[in-house]
Amino acid sequence: MSILEYNGSAIIAMIGKHCVAIASDKRLGIQAQTISTDFRKVFEVNSGLFLGLPGLATDVSTVERTLQYRLNLLQLRESRLLTPRSFMYMVSSLLYERRFGPYFVEPVIAGLDQESYQPFIATMDLIGCPMEKNDFVVSGTCSEQMYGMCESLWKPNLEPLELFEIISQALLNSVDRDALSGWGGIVHVVEKDRVTTKHLRARMD
Amino acid sequence: MLAIREQQSSSDRAQQPISVDLPYPGFQFDLCLRNQYLISKGFKAPIAVKTGTTIAGIVFDGGVVLGADTRATEGEVVADKNCEKIHYLADNMYCCGAGTAADTEKTTDLISSKIRLHSLNTGRQARVQTALRMLKQMLSRYGGYIGAYLVLGGVDCTGAHLYTVHAAGSTDKLPYVSMGSGSLAAMATFETQYKPGMSMEAAKELVSEAIQAGIFNDLGSGSNVDLCVITSRGVDYIRPYKEACSKGVRQGDYSYKQGTTAVLETKVREIKFDVVSVTEHKMEVD
Repeated sequence: MSILEYNGSAIIAMIGKHCVAIASDKRLGIQAQTISTDFRKVFEVNSGLFLGLPGLATDVSTVERTLQYRLNLLQLRESRLLTPRSFMYMVSSLLYERRFGPYFVEPVIAGLDQESYQPFIATMDLIGCPMEKNDFVVSGTCSEQMYGMCESLWKPNLEPLELFEIISQALLNSVDRDALSGWGGIVHVVEKDRVTTKHLRARMD
Repeated sequence: MLAIREQQSSSDRAQQPISVDLPYPGFQFDLCLRNQYLISKGFKAPIAVKTGTTIAGIVFDGGVVLGADTRATEGEVVADKNCEKIHYLADNMYCCGAGTAADTEKTTDLISSKIRLHSLNTGRQARVQTALRMLKQMLSRYGGYIGAYLVLGGVDCTGAHLYTVHAAGSTDKLPYVSMGSGSLAAMATFETQYKPGMSMEAAKELVSEAIQAGIFNDLGSGSNVDLCVITSRGVDYIRPYKEACSKGVRQGDYSYKQGTTAVLETKVREIKFDVVSVTEHKMEVD
């Protein structure tokens, strides 16, 4: 078993028409034993800017705290909000700093640009190679299942409500074929004036 | 970060910003011991994204053509179907990267900023040879552990140059080169079809053929052909130059009816993005 699979996780982000969505499962396990069904892996680091951290739970906490600290200080110092792309490079630098002894997380970033309201999603590997996409990104223990679901369900110009159904179904059906993730799901849909958060009913097995 | 360091060294305490978390320069090794322990306990070390690539370049009459495929892989999974492997170094040179994706990205970024500083300091355009020297010195310092395999091409006051750089720091200067897992397929194409003093159009077509040989015969390479033509007149970055394989059009519609997904709890929160106006300040230059 890989260290990245120790706790189990699944995260998807998708782009819609003037909106983005990010979804994650809620399980925290120690290999096959489930510890919690209400574990946070997606964090709102800024209003409308989300960071998803699948991977080793101890590093999920460390990376999230470190990034939030660096982001807050930078924003205070410069009195401006960071764009999602700049934030991506911040995450990437943190991970690449530990190129030879990495954090075991593969982050997903989703948000709207504050000025143009352009949707933005990106992912990176555990040593911080940034990958910006204009359709969907997946990360976690069932990434192959999620790639399959997203490739067949996603289409351009999805409205917020359609996007919610598609990302939720992609997540739920992917984690059903993965023993390590699942046990509930949470979806955030970001539009230019609101964030809608929905907790999904999922199989608890 | 640099600006803050300077502020501190001027020892003007009142000017110091609130607590600053200065990152240490260079790589951090604090997690190595823990990670080694986890691996010794039988957990497999995870794999990073590799470009698993075909990259190539040739010199033609008046410039160089660089080419790359656009597939990135994570094991057997295609991680990115349209990634950019021809990296910007300076206005007169570009660099194709194969190997560990993060390494090629960060190495070319670092050298690009060093080249920029170099040309600002010297007041002239940097030579391709300079970039080559910076790359090989940096890579050889890390003894090949930074897995960046590069094809460097550019034009400067001494003409058109094409080099390959291996992760360990060894370099070659040749009229036609290829790198990555598809390099054998690409080189086979060059060996049969390359002629000295080709025209630009013929050179572009040959590099495209070489990359396509990689796309079709090497599983680590795929998707499109990107080209970058560099001459003394400027750069022509063509992305994509050719879609080697196009995806079929989806026939069915797999949309779900609204309300299919069972929801336990919904929260809607209004957000306001504070748009802070941006003002430009001119830097004082003596």
